[in-house]
Amino acid sequence: MAEVLVYVDHVDGAVRKPTLELLTLARRIGEPVAVALGSGAAGTAAVLAEHGATRVLTHEAADYADYLVVPKVEALEAAVAAVSPVAVLVPSSAEAKEVAARLALRIGSGIITDAVDLEAGDSGPVATQSVFAASFTTKSVVVKGTPVITVKPNSAAVEPAAAAGAVEALDVAFSEKAHGTKVTARTARESTGRPELTEAAIVVSGGRGVNGAENFSVIEALADSLGAAVGASRAAVDAGWYPHSNQVGQTGKSVSPQLYIASGISGAIQHRAGMQTSKTIVAINKDPEAPIFDLVDYGVVGDLFDVVPQLTEEVKTRKG
Amino acid sequence: MSLRIVVTVKYVPDATGDRHFADDLTVDRDDVDGLLSELDEYAVEQALQISENSDDDVEITVLTVGPEDAKDALRKALSMGADKAIHVEDDDLHGTDAIGTSLVLAKAIEKAGFDLVVSGMASTDGTAGIVPALVAERLGVPQVTLLSEVAVEGGTVSGRRDGDAASEQLEASLPAVVSVTDQSGEARYPSFKGIMAAKKKPVESWDLSDLGIEAEEVGLEGAWTKVESAAERPARTAGTIVKDEGEGGKQLAEYLAGQKFI
Repeated sequence: MAEVLVYVDHVDGAVRKPTLELLTLARRIGEPVAVALGSGAAGTAAVLAEHGATRVLTHEAADYADYLVVPKVEALEAAVAAVSPVAVLVPSSAEAKEVAARLALRIGSGIITDAVDLEAGDSGPVATQSVFAASFTTKSVVVKGTPVITVKPNSAAVEPAAAAGAVEALDVAFSEKAHGTKVTARTARESTGRPELTEAAIVVSGGRGVNGAENFSVIEALADSLGAAVGASRAAVDAGWYPHSNQVGQTGKSVSPQLYIASGISGAIQHRAGMQTSKTIVAINKDPEAPIFDLVDYGVVGDLFDVVPQLTEEVKTRKG
Repeated sequence: MSLRIVVTVKYVPDATGDRHFADDLTVDRDDVDGLLSELDEYAVEQALQISENSDDDVEITVLTVGPEDAKDALRKALSMGADKAIHVEDDDLHGTDAIGTSLVLAKAIEKAGFDLVVSGMASTDGTAGIVPALVAERLGVPQVTLLSEVAVEGGTVSGRRDGDAASEQLEASLPAVVSVTDQSGEARYPSFKGIMAAKKKPVESWDLSDLGIEAEEVGLEGAWTKVESAAERPARTAGTIVKDEGEGGKQLAEYLAGQKFI
């Protein structure tokens, strides 16, 4: 059966959820062969095998951490040469998209980014994308080379499917180009203990209506009661109330959770671009004319400082 | 010493307009006003700041690939302070995808001559964010992308990239390709003087033959990907909207419980 390369996003051997979702999608097209690079690569094998990887190609080298993007491109290039896959699937993180793009060019293939679904077609995989602030859905195919497709988080359910997951060392020889951009320092982001924004099943976001950095504790309390990630609109981020890494929207993260709760967010097109594909949308806003109410499944017209704490208390009570 | 900066910019359909597809499944540009992609304004701004902070003689060229109207995007960048502009326009470019666009950009950048390419993090229409990486690959130079801070000194470009898991300091020798995020610093507004000066600045027009590119390498026919269908997302059915009269939070909790979120 045809093999599909799946690029593994992991942190020191801990596989991130979007990669497990990719394995589900990969099985619709062929047999998943995972490629895990860098420190802890071999440690990913067990969980990848539980989710359908027939083989796990690994290569550990400091180059992946010490230089930007290109070492990973060269390793994937080696994996494509070794496996001759029918497609290469990559998670849609900022870095992985760049890796995928350069790989596509090197192997003479087309690339589709930010797919939200994937199915087998007559002439290769068909990718669904959500475009123009999610107002259109397109279906696209790669017409030249081996399709390289990046897939957004929450595009498929994680389905366990036991497979061999045999670990094999990948042979990689870096070129001079691999060492063009040096990472001279790295500061790990402090963990908040909350789920990662793009992967979370529930996202609670605050906007201009939150009116101050100190007031974001109200949003965080609701998020914690629901086990949710915290997001922020661009207005809140530009005002310095919340970090840019939590920004939802066109110039921030695009999220597609099961439940999105927008508090004090008017719903400008730039924000909608980042959250409109959420399954259920809830908004709390003082302004009954706010455009966000056009999108909601349930909306409360009211002061978020009344509604959100009451909701938080109620969630805690119900969860016991 | 001199430093030649090429800033790549894109003329995009206004996101607040009614964007849709034409019959050939390319973006319909006739029905929506265009403008300079907001994220490219940050690239122009950073190029101007690099120039202002440099002891070298810096020349900033803005480059775009697009239809006749795309000149408006170049004018905006010139009025902000860029020195000259290049417009690559050719009927055969209609429907070019990201891989093809990177070919045209790379050829034009090589022809213009460069030490540094500065791009926005993504366009506001396609939003893929892969063109800077593709251009770096084609030019065979380092990429220093998604920077929230950028500096150029002594033939080296450095910057900070704020990723999900970590914040990284990056460094590469010139020539290089840089892309900047919307965190890199607010873009300046063109002054009246800048707008007047822009009218006198040179805008060169190049077509595919100027770049040695064959028509079949680009455009809809030459694209590496094909859009098979585009459907407007059905409008969301009107949701329930309640007014908070003291019980809004509890009512919402009831709804969320009904949907099994609690």
